[in-house]
Amino acid sequence: MPVLNGRELRIVGFLCNWCSYGGADTAGVARFDQPTDLRVIRVPCSGRIDPLFIAKAFMNGADGVLVSGCHPRDCHYAEGNYYARRRLEVFKQFISVLGIEPERFEYTWVSASEGQRWQEVVTKFTNQVHTLGPLAPIPEVALSQLAQTTGTDIREEA
Amino acid sequence: MLDKLKESIKAALPELDFVMGWGMGYDPLHATPLYMYEPEDVDNLVWGPLNVHNLAVHLPSLKGKKVGIVVKGCDSRSVVELLQEGLINREDVVIFGAPCNGIVDMSKIRKAVPDAHFVHSVETDDNGLTITTDKDTHKLSLAEVMADKCTRCRFPNAVVADHFVGEKREPTVENDAYEDLESFESQGFEERRDFWMTEMDRCIRCYACRNACPLCVCRDHCVAQSRNPHWVSQRDGVRDKFMFQIIHAMHMAGRCTECGECERACPMDIPVLLLKRKLGTVIHDLFDYDSGLDAEARPPLLAFKLEEESIKEKDW
Repeated sequence: MPVLNGRELRIVGFLCNWCSYGGADTAGVARFDQPTDLRVIRVPCSGRIDPLFIAKAFMNGADGVLVSGCHPRDCHYAEGNYYARRRLEVFKQFISVLGIEPERFEYTWVSASEGQRWQEVVTKFTNQVHTLGPLAPIPEVALSQLAQTTGTDIREEA
Repeated sequence: MLDKLKESIKAALPELDFVMGWGMGYDPLHATPLYMYEPEDVDNLVWGPLNVHNLAVHLPSLKGKKVGIVVKGCDSRSVVELLQEGLINREDVVIFGAPCNGIVDMSKIRKAVPDAHFVHSVETDDNGLTITTDKDTHKLSLAEVMADKCTRCRFPNAVVADHFVGEKREPTVENDAYEDLESFESQGFEERRDFWMTEMDRCIRCYACRNACPLCVCRDHCVAQSRNPHWVSQRDGVRDKFMFQIIHAMHMAGRCTECGECERACPMDIPVLLLKRKLGTVIHDLFDYDSGLDAEARPPLLAFKLEEESIKEKDW
């Protein structure tokens, strides 16, 4: 679906195969209303998620990133989400120094039966990202080249 | 003190393949790493504010050899970190320590001494250095040209050493207040982003930051140059340069000892240490952990608790 002129933002969701992906499916099967901004990427476990996946998503134009896994004590691989919790919390606090609002990234736990909770998480997170608006794109080219094509030069403003 | 250091190195040298320290470089203003194989090599050793390099960067590739290394306080933390990660063996490394008074920042010297290209002699003492160039003589106080990291140094003495010479020095500060980070983060998000855009734009992708980093140990397998996975492209745009710095910082999370080699090695003077300092303070606050102090400690990102008291998760 095309991005409808800012009415819809690009939100990437990394969902673990065993709980949250099932939870999102439950929400879908139950026909709960959800915002359509989120694009889901299924991963084996929240412990599989390198925080750099999230960084890369932001670099390539995501306006928000949501990570969701099994509740602690419920991980299919017993302890994947415990490691994930530490890594993701560190990353969430880290991105503020990059100039990315920490609210653009959230991690949470949704089990396969919690369709309702999934709906709530997606709705609230989408609203949260919409309040911040789109993330200014990180230029793919050098600033001098960017200045030639767009006429604005960040280097002068700074 | 330098004589005592030389003596203790000479005494240990027969047992070792070689000892790493600093010698005079291409001019009196620049020190360079010195490999001492024979007792007469030891006479070229220097100690002082020009010993800017962190020699621990060479240790992992020398694993299996018996080597000695001369360290400043900050370097010793890198050695501890390498020991913790099993990248070097404690019994193969002999550590020589001495109290450090702080080192210079070459970019600050270049600003203070515009004619620093032809340096005839440099005299250093505890409070500063006198640089004689072909045109002029400059007297600089150490405080004026000291590296930023030394102004907040908590470990002027080696945290681990087999041979420590000289009298232990009191640390400059008890706690690092992270004032630089605080003032940076007092700006809005957009300003911060624009700051990094302009800084990263200068990056020439020489990877000196990575090569100088004692904890960047992937070497030929660095994801920055791998096509599979293809984390960063070969383009010269801001995005890939920024992404690389984020990769570097995240790979250092919970490991970085903030020795500042990345920033010192940067030919474009990009303040990349700031990213690692942010991670350092986050990890300190969350897990009450400082890297490079205890080789037996378990790094916080390789551990977990069932209930994390310090992590406040979002309440949906």
